[in-house]
Amino acid sequence: MIWVDTLVQGILLGGLYALFAAGLSLVFGIMRLVNLAHGDLIVFAAYLVLMGVTLLGLSPWVAALIAMPLMFALGWLLQIGVLNRVLGKDILPPLLVTFGLSVALQNGLLEAFSADSRRIPAGALEGASLDLGIVTVGVMPLLTFISAIIVIVALNALFYHTALGRAFRATSDDAVTAGLMGIEPKRVFAMATGIAMVVVTIAALYLGMRANFDPSIGPARLIYAFEAVIIGGLGSLWGTLAGGVIIGVAQTFGAAVNPEWQILAGHIAFLAVMLLKPRGLFPRAVD
Amino acid sequence: MLLETHNLTASYGQFRALFGVDIAVDTGECVAIIGANGAGKSTLMRSITGIIRNEPAMVLHWGEPIGARPSAEIMKRGIAMVPEGRRLFPSLSVEENLLIGGQARKGDGPWNLEAVYDLFPILRERRKNAGTALSGGQQQMVAIGRALMSNPELLLCDEISLGLAPVVIRDIYAALPKVRAGGTAIVVVEQDIGKALAVADRVYCMMEGRVTLVAKPADVTRQDIHAAYFGEAA
Repeated sequence: MIWVDTLVQGILLGGLYALFAAGLSLVFGIMRLVNLAHGDLIVFAAYLVLMGVTLLGLSPWVAALIAMPLMFALGWLLQIGVLNRVLGKDILPPLLVTFGLSVALQNGLLEAFSADSRRIPAGALEGASLDLGIVTVGVMPLLTFISAIIVIVALNALFYHTALGRAFRATSDDAVTAGLMGIEPKRVFAMATGIAMVVVTIAALYLGMRANFDPSIGPARLIYAFEAVIIGGLGSLWGTLAGGVIIGVAQTFGAAVNPEWQILAGHIAFLAVMLLKPRGLFPRAVD
Repeated sequence: MLLETHNLTASYGQFRALFGVDIAVDTGECVAIIGANGAGKSTLMRSITGIIRNEPAMVLHWGEPIGARPSAEIMKRGIAMVPEGRRLFPSLSVEENLLIGGQARKGDGPWNLEAVYDLFPILRERRKNAGTALSGGQQQMVAIGRALMSNPELLLCDEISLGLAPVVIRDIYAALPKVRAGGTAIVVVEQDIGKALAVADRVYCMMEGRVTLVAKPADVTRQDIHAAYFGEAA
């Protein structure tokens, strides 16, 4: 029954990748912006939570709750101050700007926190596990996965059952006509990036509690997030969860065969999906 | 005056589309703007609604210069548009398309979801459908309903009969008197001269970016229209 265990661990790992990816998917779905600094923003948020824990003595959960509005504000300002200026028909300027932001964030974090590996202390939760009969699962991976589901349910509810979500979808369809409805696309985009940064904070909390991080690891997280989004079909949130799970499962099975194959197996799964379904598993009808 | 344009000019790059257009619309009026393809009618609508930005004083709303304001602000002032080609949001259902029209502004007036469904009963049956899954005429009804949801002071209708069957056009034009009865002034942009003259209190004819005729429908002859429309005597 070892393979059942491997499968479950992979699915749970997929929750973490889905959390990395959900914010990226949201922003891409609304404004067709690929934020190359997404991984570095996760690392930035992880340091923010860590500071709350080490400097203020807060629990990681409380520190994350405090970091969320700060990250929302950062996302809002980033969109209004920088990204809105470069969004347009040409997709290259926003790519270059977010790439520059990625480099600046990495170096800023390096300057502020040094290259030392850090970890957000999670206390007793770190090693806790649950015996489910057939498999034993870590409490932390389980919490991560449940959080990913909650985040995706919440984002879907926001997207499909609120006035703001209607504005998101309308602006994504046709920004000029959305303007005729009294919607200001730039403000809608700022809200979207703000919300994406709240999701980034949740991702950062689990990233930081589950593994060591340092200022340089952002781009690797971006790759996993990017692959999850593309496997799922650009702009589909449940697809993003599926994408995360596929990468997670591929990685744990790869590692079960040979520990050196973990990362490689995830990337191969991504390429295999691209070969079979170039538009992802759940592509949007109109693109 | 509810809305005026003063010496309004507009260009697309090097191409000048409007050369000093003056029109005026007062509360409760129905004004028609007719003209051939390329006469500048749609450019005029796009200038009024802020899709094309102009000099502030070229467009006045209750005397206030709004020519350089963005679309969203102009809409919130109570000027709603049914855009050419309908432009429904494909990701939104019929009902969501309607709701989004009244999301940023809920003016005083009779229009809400139920009132729009009473105006166009077929939309009530189709409310869960994707807006773009409807027939052209039904899509036009959604586009009109969407614009009404904000209870606008002024409704701009850009080519609402274009590409529709005559029987459908009749149904859509039958809705306009009810819109006026609700206190909304209307500007219809039309290529169909007969339709325009039938509903309007005043008609402007445009040709090559200029207004070539302003008249009451009762006062104009076919020859006048022909001359203003094509620039030649009949």
